[in-house]
Amino acid sequence: MTAFSRRQVIAATGGLAAATILGSGHARAADDTLTIAYNVNLPSFDPTVGPSAVNPTIQAIYRSVFDQFIGQKPDLSFTPGLLTAWGWNDDRTKIWMDVRKGVTWHDGSPFGPEDIVWSLDRAGKKETGNPIEFVWSTIGNYKIDGDRVTADVLRFDPTIFKWMAFLTAYVMPKTYYEKVGAAGFEKKPIGTGPYMVDAYEGNSFLRLKANPHYFNGKPAFETVVFKFVPDATSRVAEIERGSSDLTLEVPFEEFDRLKTRGDLVGVTTPISDIGMIFITNIEPMLDKNVRLAAHHAIDKKAIVEHLLRGYGVPIDTLEAPQYEAFDPSIKVPYDPELARQLLAQSGYSPDKPVKFTIQTTRGLKAKDYEMIQAIVGMWRKVGIQAEIEVYEVAKHFELRMGHKLAPAAFYNWGNAIGDPTTSTGFAMFSKSPHSAWHSDDLDAMIGPLWGEADEAKRIAGWKAVDKYIAEQGYVIPLLQYVQPILYKKGLKVTPEISGAPEPALIKKA
Amino acid sequence: MNNSLAVIRRLVQSAATLFGVGIVVFILLRVVPGDPTAMMIGPGASADDVIALRARYHLDEPLLLQFFGWLRSALSGDFGTSISLHRDVMEVLLSRLPATIELAIAALLVAVAAGVSLAVLATLYDRRATAGIINVAVGLLLAVPDFVWALAFVLLFGLLLPVLPLSGRIDPTLDIPFHTHFILIESLLTGRMTVFADIAAHMVMPVLALAIPLAAIIARVLTASLSEAMEADYVLLARIKGHSRLRLVLQEALPNAIGPTLALTGVQFTFLVGGTVIVERIFAYPGIGNLGVDAVINRDFPLIQGLVLAFGAIFIVVNLLVDLAVTALDPRLSHA
Repeated sequence: MTAFSRRQVIAATGGLAAATILGSGHARAADDTLTIAYNVNLPSFDPTVGPSAVNPTIQAIYRSVFDQFIGQKPDLSFTPGLLTAWGWNDDRTKIWMDVRKGVTWHDGSPFGPEDIVWSLDRAGKKETGNPIEFVWSTIGNYKIDGDRVTADVLRFDPTIFKWMAFLTAYVMPKTYYEKVGAAGFEKKPIGTGPYMVDAYEGNSFLRLKANPHYFNGKPAFETVVFKFVPDATSRVAEIERGSSDLTLEVPFEEFDRLKTRGDLVGVTTPISDIGMIFITNIEPMLDKNVRLAAHHAIDKKAIVEHLLRGYGVPIDTLEAPQYEAFDPSIKVPYDPELARQLLAQSGYSPDKPVKFTIQTTRGLKAKDYEMIQAIVGMWRKVGIQAEIEVYEVAKHFELRMGHKLAPAAFYNWGNAIGDPTTSTGFAMFSKSPHSAWHSDDLDAMIGPLWGEADEAKRIAGWKAVDKYIAEQGYVIPLLQYVQPILYKKGLKVTPEISGAPEPALIKKA
Repeated sequence: MNNSLAVIRRLVQSAATLFGVGIVVFILLRVVPGDPTAMMIGPGASADDVIALRARYHLDEPLLLQFFGWLRSALSGDFGTSISLHRDVMEVLLSRLPATIELAIAALLVAVAAGVSLAVLATLYDRRATAGIINVAVGLLLAVPDFVWALAFVLLFGLLLPVLPLSGRIDPTLDIPFHTHFILIESLLTGRMTVFADIAAHMVMPVLALAIPLAAIIARVLTASLSEAMEADYVLLARIKGHSRLRLVLQEALPNAIGPTLALTGVQFTFLVGGTVIVERIFAYPGIGNLGVDAVINRDFPLIQGLVLAFGAIFIVVNLLVDLAVTALDPRLSHA
């Protein structure tokens, strides 16, 4: 018998192990599997409570598993969801909702109007912890009559049906949830959506299986894998290596490099997310000249072209072009000379600058810190000396809620339903914990619009508010973000203005 | 008897340390900026809604009341419910800890093997260019932090030589049931070698990223200890007896030189565990490090508290084991 030395055995074992490990590598995914390298993690499966419920990026996952009361197309227009029709009665004291028939939950149990009622009722209760309870509580006293649900309008909200396509507006399974409870639902969630949860590893991946009984037709891919890859370098590597079929939110430099590869396709689309500088009503921002000068001194076009490689849309109001109350006539032109004149009126100059702090995140959005650096440089030329303070997003929210932001603070604002209440409204109304500028004149203009029943008058009112804000310099809108998506050839991807690409809408080319 | 008393004394000290850690993290979380309710509050919420939300998470109570409430629960193993995950904190920790433990232990084994090998080689060839090259290489390895190694490996083994998976702990398309969360060990023990290989492949890059800096430290310290030990009388005697240099190093010098390195390794291992935070994030590895990043971003107080205590417990256990190992190697220390 051949004898082997200890050294030979160790070497052979090591070689075999290495070959096995390297050979296994990444198991070949079937052609019917769509793998997405996603930029955020999914913390919780409950789309109606907690911080993840109001995270716009996670909505793509929620929309894969759950359906909303009302659906939304990629261009932000509304479409029937689990409600096929809806409306108010003539005097707007009641709403009615027709519930879709023939839908089943992922466990095979039937969906019905009682799920709609339970979901809305639950969302409107303070104790549930739904962050949008202030909307859902405006309706109540639900009644079911066949496939129609009616409810009393407790407080008129003209945007109630739009909210039914927005954050936390997901229909949850009444019977199942009551049976398994919150903890059980987190372990094994079910919805009515195009995909069912198959496997989940927090901070790692989510595997979904196609719902063969989906009311809108079975989706194109049998399996969808969301890989949670928050690191941008790793996401670039995922798509470049071919380990993932699609990724988003990669640095623009990498996007430009990779989109020219023959096997990849790159698309960009302006999304319902804007970058802006909040102005707080404290000195020196109480001086209108300073506010307006700060706005006129910013060359937004140059920032987009040079820092963001052209991927961005300069804006002068909080309404992006796709929003309902967008008014293209509202302009705050780049005019550094005007900025100097305005500052001079208040006794400031490049030699005697006005000083204040500007807060910004760093790395939260593409080139956020670099944008503020560029803006500070532009300001210096006209007579504004701003000191940059970097903060975390958590601190921004805390300061904003406590009305303790610096005179200027950079952040972003998402508005996937494009209604002015959810951008200009909540960002500028002093009663909102998300606003920075508080003044009676603005509140007086905004206040009546919350309950305005005449839609044309409501939109016109918001346009007037935006015009006034621009004239007063109460906020500095900067740009509408553009989302880069890279994907393998062989896919047909329809970019979504909401910024949340839904796997159910991705087809094979 | 003395050893048992020593262990009991250490356990009592450990409990006191953990208690202290708990107090510190509890207080720190409530004084640093970032209110978890601010990130959850809806844009149309009123002042009363803010108050109600803070009450829901007991953040409106006096600090002492919050602390004793948490302590009372923690002592019974209840660390509360995660604000962001909506799951029991202990359950989350127990499900994620195994991934980090497997990663950390694998990294430790690699670091020890590599570090000891480098030190032995440097000692064997201490009068040749080899030792100099090893010394320089160790210096370079020491200078590069673990997250830089991680990014380098993403480039090297992820893109340039795409032989290893880039992210995660296991191929997400594999549908494999596991009974425990120690999936590497379980797959090996159950003979599922294909699965074991896949999991091991996912671990290579994060393990190397974590192991290299520790290996460099081990190599540096052990080389110095070995060098000193090689001058000892017992080594001289062995040399006179005609033993080979390799035997001198491995059988005479190494057992006597390893003590300080072992103690240092234990301390450095705790830093290695801390390094899992960034490394797990880069590789999307589902351990407690990655979990911690999201917990901090979301200001998930219950989860952060639980995580810090988990890290604290790991540090304490590791240091206890190291002390026991060092004492076992050098019985003189047990009488110190």
